[in-house]
Amino acid sequence: MATAAETPADQAVHKHTISVLLENKFGALNRVAGMFSAKGYNLESITVGPTEDATVSRMTLVTKGDDAIIEQIIKQLNKLIDTLKVVDLTYESFMERELALIKIATTAENRPEIMQIVEIFQGKIIDISHKTLTVEATGSGQKVDAIIKMLKPFHIKEIARTGRVALKREFVGEV
Amino acid sequence: MTGAEIFVRSLIEEHVDVVFGYPGGAVIGIYDALHDISDIKHILTRHEQGAVHAAEGYAKASGKCGVALVTSGPGATNTVTGIADAYMDSVPIVVFTGQVALKLIGNDAFQEADIVGITRPVTKHNYLVRDVNELAATIKEAFYVATTGRPGPVLVDLPKDVMAMKTVFSYPKSVKMRSYIPHAEGNQKQLDKAVALIAKAKRPVLYVGGGTILANAAEELTAFARKTNIPVTTTLHGLGAFPETDELSMGMLGMHGTWYSNTAVNYCDLLIAVGARFDDRVTGRTDAFAPEAKKIHIDIDPSNISKNVKVDVPIVGDVKKVLQQLLPQVTALDTKDWRQTIRTWKEEHPLRYRNGKYIRMQHVIRAVSDATGGNAVMVSDVGQHQMWMAQFFRYVHPRTHLTSGGLGTMGFSLPASMGAAFARRDMPVISMSGDGGFQMNLQELATIREHNVPVKIIILNNGYLGMVRQWQELFWRKRYSHVEMFGPDYVKLAEAYGIPGLRATETHEVEGVVQQMLATQGPVLVEFKTVKEDNVYPMIPAGQTYHEIIDIPNDSSAPQTGEQESDLELVTIAKG
Repeated sequence: MATAAETPADQAVHKHTISVLLENKFGALNRVAGMFSAKGYNLESITVGPTEDATVSRMTLVTKGDDAIIEQIIKQLNKLIDTLKVVDLTYESFMERELALIKIATTAENRPEIMQIVEIFQGKIIDISHKTLTVEATGSGQKVDAIIKMLKPFHIKEIARTGRVALKREFVGEV
Repeated sequence: MTGAEIFVRSLIEEHVDVVFGYPGGAVIGIYDALHDISDIKHILTRHEQGAVHAAEGYAKASGKCGVALVTSGPGATNTVTGIADAYMDSVPIVVFTGQVALKLIGNDAFQEADIVGITRPVTKHNYLVRDVNELAATIKEAFYVATTGRPGPVLVDLPKDVMAMKTVFSYPKSVKMRSYIPHAEGNQKQLDKAVALIAKAKRPVLYVGGGTILANAAEELTAFARKTNIPVTTTLHGLGAFPETDELSMGMLGMHGTWYSNTAVNYCDLLIAVGARFDDRVTGRTDAFAPEAKKIHIDIDPSNISKNVKVDVPIVGDVKKVLQQLLPQVTALDTKDWRQTIRTWKEEHPLRYRNGKYIRMQHVIRAVSDATGGNAVMVSDVGQHQMWMAQFFRYVHPRTHLTSGGLGTMGFSLPASMGAAFARRDMPVISMSGDGGFQMNLQELATIREHNVPVKIIILNNGYLGMVRQWQELFWRKRYSHVEMFGPDYVKLAEAYGIPGLRATETHEVEGVVQQMLATQGPVLVEFKTVKEDNVYPMIPAGQTYHEIIDIPNDSSAPQTGEQESDLELVTIAKG
């Protein structure tokens, strides 16, 4: 059996962030999500929303696969009649953000420590009660993972998390 | 004008001459608008599946768009098999379904089904018309999407109240979609690379698929093969794209392809795939398919490129245009030795069967081929007879071999042949089914009788689901699980429908009955009682390679009760 080290480069599985512009029509999300399930492709997250042009929606997909599968995913996305443009951002410099709302059970004693963690991650406290505190965290998926990990030791009551949104970066150089 | 009237007017604008359909509550307004229209012939089928297969048969035989019209709920869900069939085989059809009124959608209303949701994965595109002002433009777009690029089925769902609303009718002259621009011409750089590979080839093979026929490129393909001297093998759907009377023809390739075409593909140094998609029934195990060959792939659908088999030179474009571009750039190749080798293979491993007192399906197919000279539209069903029709009929014209290749839909032949007969009056349309497939859509005998549709209906009756039985014999220790099948008296059945019925039970009757069938005006049904057990060979078992090919054994078509081994006569046939 081949080990990971022997896997040829083009068969290695990578995570890809793909941005799709679609006609803003009824059922567009279903067509994309349905295509992924029909073809058996992995779909880690999918977000959709309006763009600067009201007739166009932008969908951001996070998926995994080797080069051949990613090539097919892009072709199948292009094949959908409502698709205007497909860009695999993975090979470009791009900005990505996720957002999480994290509701934590608090006491008077641990509240300052939680607030300190939130501050380190540049999160925001958007709701507070005697027994709870809700944090808004934004950033890359890794950053959101990290703040959730740091808050885990406290009692997290609920998490709501978006998928990834992403855009190509125009600035060229060090960031 | 009401939505229903706009619908009818739009079909007239699209030059639709025949609609296969079935009325119901949700489309009663549309049927009212159809009532006084003489420009469109409406054919009332006996089942909605029959309507869609008929539309497919019409489209495949004519190259035009087929149209079906059905009601909501069960009417719509009954179309799903036909739509999926058209999707797999890239058949241009538009299916109009009734829908409950907009305000009832989602209410579990009577005869409501989310047909747009149900058919999303099996249509090229589908629409729900929510506003009567969008109706005409949506119909225009539906026909455009169905017939351009890689063709396919499009469904338009029509809510009852929308069809009753009124607006001014204006049919768009053209369609412009910023999100859908089909490819046409091949990229010159890719063409240059292809021309260079072709010039160097010593053992080239053209692997020709249904895309060639869909693109109406049979003429260009034939010219290309003859100019370059490249031998041709076709897929099941490619049959007819190149005349099988030509010396360059090697017949069909793949699981049940000819021994020599599979051998040629295995040893070729250049494989030119033309409108073919490297289907698993063609390739077997993909990494061992045409292992010595550089591969050129011409296809209109970019997602077909390197989907199953990695190719060296992909050319995305319309097959007809790409071949027109390539033709002036290629020169005659010296393939004399290669063709001589193939000729030897043809002589050593021809298609063959042993004929005896009782009827072999291969013999019936050969008799029809000889009697018509290939001038017939052959519509097959699914199973053993389908493979034998691919092997033993000699196809010479495009659009004369209609079959359900991708989905493999039993019950396809009878309704599809009916649709084909509305498209083609220049040659006989011959439906061939096994007894299993025939019984799946035999209700259309009534439609055929009612409209006196001149289809010649052949039932090859072995009382078995023969292909499943063959697999059980070869791979499941002869445990024949639920494959033996009772059937009615088909001659009496035909007569009950008012269709003349003929029967042959012994081989010596075959030619005469075929002649009688062809001489009969209007529809006629012929039952051939065939030997119960016979196997389709050559065979490359599923997922295996050329090296596992099983050629036709010499004791194939074993003697039946009442036959002597010594009485069996070996019949051989080689394509090309």
